[in-house]
Amino acid sequence: METLEVTPGAPPDEEMLPRIRQGDEAAFCELVERYNASLIRVARSYVKDQSVAEEVAQEAWIGFLKGLDRFEGRAALRTWLFRILTNKAKDRVQKDRRYLPLSSLVKTETMGDDPALDPELFQGPDEIKPGHWSSWAPGRWARDPEQKLLTKEVMARAEAAIAELPEVQRAVLTLRDLQGFTSEEACGILDITETNQRVLLHRGRSKVRQALDRYFSTGKEAEPFQTR
Amino acid sequence: MSCKELVELATEYLERTMPDAERARLERHLESCPGCVNYLKQMEHTLTILGHIPEQGISREAQDELVGVFRKWKNESR
Repeated sequence: METLEVTPGAPPDEEMLPRIRQGDEAAFCELVERYNASLIRVARSYVKDQSVAEEVAQEAWIGFLKGLDRFEGRAALRTWLFRILTNKAKDRVQKDRRYLPLSSLVKTETMGDDPALDPELFQGPDEIKPGHWSSWAPGRWARDPEQKLLTKEVMARAEAAIAELPEVQRAVLTLRDLQGFTSEEACGILDITETNQRVLLHRGRSKVRQALDRYFSTGKEAEPFQTR
Repeated sequence: MSCKELVELATEYLERTMPDAERARLERHLESCPGCVNYLKQMEHTLTILGHIPEQGISREAQDELVGVFRKWKNESR
C-alpha cells in the first residue's frame, strides 16, 4: 500500500531528532510542516471546533519539545507525537462539557448498519442472483490510472470527502491512509480496539470511494445513493 | 460469496487480515465477477489517492507562533 510520500531526499523523522535537540529551528519547522495538518485533523475528532483543534495541536508541540529529553525512541517519533496530541485532546474534552469522549463517538460510529453501498444496488432475494450486482455495477475510473488519478482536482475531491466523514472515521483514515501508520499504531494513538479500528477504517474508506466514484462517473450513470 | 458481502469485506481483504479460506472464497468470486474486480480496483485507487494528498502546510500565523514556542523552549533549556 502506498503511503504519504515524503519529499524525495527529505530526512526521516529520526534523523531530525538530534538536530531539533540541538536547537535547529529549520528541523523543527520541517516536522511541523509534515505533521501539523494531520495533528489538527485528529484533534478535531475530540474537539469539534477548528480553532480549538489548532490550540490542541499547539499544546502538543509544546509537550513534544518539553518531553524531548525524556524521549527514548522506543516508539517511532511520530507515534509519540500523536500520543501527546491525543492526551492533550483528552484533557480538553474533560475540561469542556461541550465535547463528547471519544469512546462514545466510537460507539455511535461503529454501531448499526452503515453499508458501503445502497442495498438497492444488489439483486433482491426473489431475483436470479440474490446479493449480486443488479443493473448497475462498478466501472473503471481511469484507463491510464497514474495520470488521471493524481490530479489536483481529484485530491480536492478526496479532501472534501474526508472533511465530511464522521469524526473518528476521519481520524482513523488520516492516521492510516494519509500518514501511513500501521493499524497497531493507530489503535495505540486513539486508544481503540483493533476491531473498531477496522470497522471505522472500512466505513471511512467506503465513503471516500463513493465520493470519488461520483466524480469519476460524471457523465456516466451516477451512483444514486448517499451513506449517512 | 455475493457481491453485497464482498464490498463489506474489501477492507479486510486489502488489509490482509482475512482468514485464508475466506480469502480463497473471495478470490474465486472475483474470477467470474468484473464488477467486483472493478470495485476492489476503485478501493485501491482510493488508497493511492489518499496516500498522495499533500500536507496542507501551515498558516504564516501558526508557523510564527510555533517558532515562538520553539525559541522559548530553546532559551529555557539552555
